[in-house]
Amino acid sequence: MTGMLTTGTRTRGIRAVAVAATAMMALAACGSGSSAGTTSGTGATKAAQGFTPPKLSALSKLGAPEKQLNIVAWAGYAEDGSTDPTVDWVTPFEKETGCQVNVKTAPTSDDMVNLMKTGQYDVVSASGDASLRLIAGGTVEPINTDLVPNYADVFDGLKMKPWNSVGGVAYGIPHGRGANLLMYNTDVVKPAPTSWSAVFDKASAYKGKVTAYDSPIYIADAALYLMKTKPALGIKNPYALDDKQFAAAVDLLKAQNADIGEYWSDYTKEISAFKSGDSVIGTSWQIIVNLAQADKAKVAVVLPSEGSTGWSDTWMVATKSQHKTCAYKWMDHIISPKVNAQVAEWFGEAPANSKSCAETTDKSFCDTFHAADETFFDQIWYWNTPITQCLDGRKNVTCKDYGAWTTAWQQIKG
Amino acid sequence: MDHGLAADQGLSMLVARGRGAVRRLSAFLHRHPRVRLALLLAAPLVVLLVVYLGSLGALLLTALWSTDVFTGLLVHTVTLDNLSTVVTDATYRTVILRTVGVAMAVTVICAVLALPMAFFMAKVASPRTRRFLVVAVLTPLWASYLVKAYAWREMLAGHGVIDWALAPIGLRGPGFGLPATVLVLTYLWLPFMVLPIFAGLERLPDSLLDASGDLGAKAWRTVRSVVIPLAFPAVVAGAIFTFSLSLGDYITVQIVGGKTQLLGNLIQGNSGAANNLPLAAALAAVPVLLMVVLLLGVRRTGALDNL
Repeated sequence: MTGMLTTGTRTRGIRAVAVAATAMMALAACGSGSSAGTTSGTGATKAAQGFTPPKLSALSKLGAPEKQLNIVAWAGYAEDGSTDPTVDWVTPFEKETGCQVNVKTAPTSDDMVNLMKTGQYDVVSASGDASLRLIAGGTVEPINTDLVPNYADVFDGLKMKPWNSVGGVAYGIPHGRGANLLMYNTDVVKPAPTSWSAVFDKASAYKGKVTAYDSPIYIADAALYLMKTKPALGIKNPYALDDKQFAAAVDLLKAQNADIGEYWSDYTKEISAFKSGDSVIGTSWQIIVNLAQADKAKVAVVLPSEGSTGWSDTWMVATKSQHKTCAYKWMDHIISPKVNAQVAEWFGEAPANSKSCAETTDKSFCDTFHAADETFFDQIWYWNTPITQCLDGRKNVTCKDYGAWTTAWQQIKG
Repeated sequence: MDHGLAADQGLSMLVARGRGAVRRLSAFLHRHPRVRLALLLAAPLVVLLVVYLGSLGALLLTALWSTDVFTGLLVHTVTLDNLSTVVTDATYRTVILRTVGVAMAVTVICAVLALPMAFFMAKVASPRTRRFLVVAVLTPLWASYLVKAYAWREMLAGHGVIDWALAPIGLRGPGFGLPATVLVLTYLWLPFMVLPIFAGLERLPDSLLDASGDLGAKAWRTVRSVVIPLAFPAVVAGAIFTFSLSLGDYITVQIVGGKTQLLGNLIQGNSGAANNLPLAAALAAVPVLLMVVLLLGVRRTGALDNL
């Protein structure tokens, strides 16, 4: 817990400067594919993938470590002690394998894809949308999961998902996942909310004290709400919105804007707003709730009945990598029970390795973050980047792409 | 021995020849002052033209391109779509006007606060106090921008210091929003207004103030007819700082602006999240154009000549 608190304070500066919304979007935009592991969801995504990846084969066996490894990662995923001397899982890896690690943190999915395309990097912690683009472009190659012993302990709910496999071929090793939740001030918001309507249709009850995530991807939250409350719109996937569905979501958010006090992208900002009472209800992450509660803020959190959006990340190996043995060793290292527990606690997300839960410093960590709770994650629509080809598989309409989402988001904020 | 001697001679001849070359070069430069000037200015000119104006040109050029929605790559076909979007889109227009309004408000408030401060520092305070005051004005610049912005966030928050201080007289703080943004930007950029005015007033001879008094002018008349006209170029210099700094700021508004957004936030959103560099470039051209217009206007007043 203290570790996470430190992250909050330390990354605050970086985050605010480095373009808060973008960075946070990037940090969290780590999901893809489709929803929640239901059969229909998988089918829809497969149709939506609509591409055949180049024929590449996975590594058949490991050689001698190549003494070097270049990583592209989200901030906080490959810590070498430079952020906090006590937070370091890179140095032990270097000592153990002899692979000298260079970490390049990227603020957005676009940056990650561009960095990987240079061919100078070996592994990447890709978000789902980035992962599919990397696979389609042949930038990353299939993974031989047999060479990653710790893969066996990864939760089944994360294996062979639409964002980390194509046509039954694994392209990556799951890293961790989390959900966007509804946080509220227990003193002010009574009775406890059970639905996202508290921040949409009924938001006026807390006029000027409602908060929302400051990123175009938040439009998906509105779409998810409409998907459940306005079936007539026919929304099947909150990331695949045609003109009419998109307009409905945007209108909902424009109406919500009247009740918004402030939007947040830097999570320290949300904590301070909830502490001071400037915000009393709004979307949040588990780590924010924990930190706010640790700060004695009277907040509670709920996964509303409509389900929620969230993220899920994957480690992938570059096709052109000259250091594949080091890359495989890194992937095995980062999801080894102890390290995966460290990363998960540092970042505030559910670990991918089921054995991590025994290694966390906070013994209730995995329960708090619902690590093994597949029914919880079944209700999560992992973040995805919208493209014109509808992700729900519809062929007769075009969907709004992320550029349109960004423009709309700016118009929503006015 | 002979060989050594020959080598020595050869070396000294070489040195002499080298010296001769240097001498000839310096003589050449002496006779051709224009060449001398060109060589002297080459490095700064390269920086100015290539790095500064070159990147500005690249910015304007990028604004004429577009982005392929599927690949996210730039399409190098000239189109005016982005520029027309910036001008015609209601959201962008509102945000541009709001940004200019904020920058103007910050500049005016800074000038109103800075003039008396700078006058006191330059003309009233003892040399000892003056040094102390200059340091006091400069001190906030030593602290990180973010630390100051977040400190203001804490002060402006509900039940923060400002609410607490205003409570006895039945008032509330401004909360997060546009007024808070103007307040914090004013605080952040005030030194950039105080220092030029202070420097300008320091150059103002005391004898002029005395003369004004001797001619029968009261204090306010002296300020109006002597101090302000002479300090005007300095105020303009300060205003250029505060206006341009406010025009480009997008972080303060994220921290204390509530749900407001300014031009910088739009540029950031388009360049980062949306990966639409051309539109971001078109938006970024707006403050550049505004500053050009402003500087041309300032030039017409003649204030730039007096700087």
